[in-house]
Amino acid sequence: MSNVKERVGTGVGVTLILLWCLLPVAWIVSLSFKSQEAVTNGSPGFFPASGAGAGFDNYKQVLQDDAFLLAIRNSIVVSLSATILSVALATLAAYAIARLEFRGKKFVLTTALVIAMFPVVSLVGPLFDMWRTVGLYDTWWGLMIPYISFTLPLAIWTLSAFFREIPWEMEQAAQVDGATPWQAFRKVIVPLAAPGVFTAAILTFFFAWNDFVFGISLTSTERARPIPAALSFFVGADPFNRPASLLAAAAVVATIPIVVLVLFFQRKIVAGLTAGAVKG
Amino acid sequence: MATIEMKHIVKKYGDGFPAVNDVSIDVADGEFLILVGPSGCGKSTLLRMIVGLEDITDGDMLIGGERVNDLAPRDRNLSMVFQNYALYPHLTVYENIAFPLRLAKVSEKEIDEKVREASKTLDLDEHLERKPANLSGGQRQRVAMGRAIVREAKAFLFDEPLSNLDAKLRGQMRTEIARLQKKLGITTVYVTHDQTEAMTLGDRVAVMKRGVLQQLASPRELYEQPVNLFVAGFIGSPPMNFLPATVEGTEVTLPFGTFPLPADKAERTAGKGLLMAGVRPEHFEDVSVIGEGEVDSSRTFKAHIDVREWLGDQQYAYVPYEAEATVQDQLKELARESDSDSLRTQLVVSLDASSKAEEDADTTLFIDTDQMHLFDPSSGENLTVGL
Repeated sequence: MSNVKERVGTGVGVTLILLWCLLPVAWIVSLSFKSQEAVTNGSPGFFPASGAGAGFDNYKQVLQDDAFLLAIRNSIVVSLSATILSVALATLAAYAIARLEFRGKKFVLTTALVIAMFPVVSLVGPLFDMWRTVGLYDTWWGLMIPYISFTLPLAIWTLSAFFREIPWEMEQAAQVDGATPWQAFRKVIVPLAAPGVFTAAILTFFFAWNDFVFGISLTSTERARPIPAALSFFVGADPFNRPASLLAAAAVVATIPIVVLVLFFQRKIVAGLTAGAVKG
Repeated sequence: MATIEMKHIVKKYGDGFPAVNDVSIDVADGEFLILVGPSGCGKSTLLRMIVGLEDITDGDMLIGGERVNDLAPRDRNLSMVFQNYALYPHLTVYENIAFPLRLAKVSEKEIDEKVREASKTLDLDEHLERKPANLSGGQRQRVAMGRAIVREAKAFLFDEPLSNLDAKLRGQMRTEIARLQKKLGITTVYVTHDQTEAMTLGDRVAVMKRGVLQQLASPRELYEQPVNLFVAGFIGSPPMNFLPATVEGTEVTLPFGTFPLPADKAERTAGKGLLMAGVRPEHFEDVSVIGEGEVDSSRTFKAHIDVREWLGDQQYAYVPYEAEATVQDQLKELARESDSDSLRTQLVVSLDASSKAEEDADTTLFIDTDQMHLFDPSSGENLTVGL
């Protein structure tokens, strides 16, 4: 009896949370299938009224827009490179922090945390000036550098926690088996820390992909402008009448890579991969 | 295949505490050497210095005649089985065993041959494609051994390999290790705190206490001729009984009475004041088992047995006695050093299984003073060693 009650309770709870989280997403999806007129005329129904549906027209229009396509390219290149570089650097740094005793270790960790807490907006002004002087303004690197520096702390903290979980004996066994420290790291430690590496990678990618502040302030043309910034330039013919359904379609397109990425990496983030290494 | 020579090995940690202090041991080619001692005695540290996972503060470590103090673990060509096995969880059993060979860039064909051979030796054939997480403790242990034997290492090092297994499996694996070592004939250094493993496996056993080597001898010699109180108390289960004793002429006085002592032992110990007598449980016997007439009546005494444990093949009887405070303190200290705890001063005697001695009653016991050892209580030294 209580079992049934419990199940019903869980079901209701889950439904509520899902509704709460997914309603905005559903609304955007619904909006993206309505025609521009239907939106302006005010037809607030979830499903487009008859004749107000636009089918995939909005998507076609978005994907034919050169500016948007370039923005997608920029976003993918910048986010992926920033993720790869950040995770690679963080892996090395976190390994050192987890395994070596050196002076200033605490300092490194605290500084990393402080950087992570720094309000991003306060840095935009100085960066804008600096990047213009150095020539990084409106380039991929100009975005990648701040992304890397803001995601490194979190990645280092996540990864060093993972490395600490891996027993010392793993590396020692590898070394006795004839591995150099680098081989022990690459063949034993990195595979074991893979869940941590993927976690860090996803978090970094989110940050870079969703960033708006740097994207809008440190770019001026399609050369480097990422999607979130590009969306705000998506004004259409009449600047006072923004094409809501087009924007919705563009937003959906921008969200797809994130969803795909999470679904793909989710399989890799399997907790307890070290199970069986040592007798618990 | 190599000898391992340790010459005045010292290991000091940052605080200056010597975890291993001036230990010299020569391990012959093909020998099975056991390092045994209570926890914190430095035995694991010594093993890790042999394999190269700990730096050597002072002294020389020679493997196969070559000084290896400054060589990295991978250049020493030794193989080691860790206490917690340290298997690579992301690799299958096959790849775990093949790991050292892959690092050595051995050809694929040779790897396959050697892995199959090792897995056959260790009866792992049906598990080759499984991951360590899906194996039982004993199977994981065998995989760890497989990884050690697959490569032609100069020596095997074991760091308490059986301590994580249950008692029954431990017994089986112990025999298995002995058999494997005999078959391969490779120099082996084996760390354990379990004295059964120490006594049964080793050609020679090195007993350590607080970083200092106490005695290096064959198991039999260790048991019959311990050089000091610590070794005498550590080796043997149940442990040797220690009793306050004084020797006058050719007689020794124990809390239970005065008994004749062999002349050679008496000569070395007479008139030395309060000594510590060590008698193993099996050197007592119930007189009624031997037969009244057969026993030298001067070596018998009446004892009050309070608890009796019948084990089938033998039985242990416990005889409490009163001892002076100083003696009690020393016995406590001794027990603490060997990781055990003595709550009261009592005699443990091992009786024949047929003995009808009753609990909470007086029984006449025989004491074999020929086998008794006498120790200097202040230095702990055995005064009757070799007799």
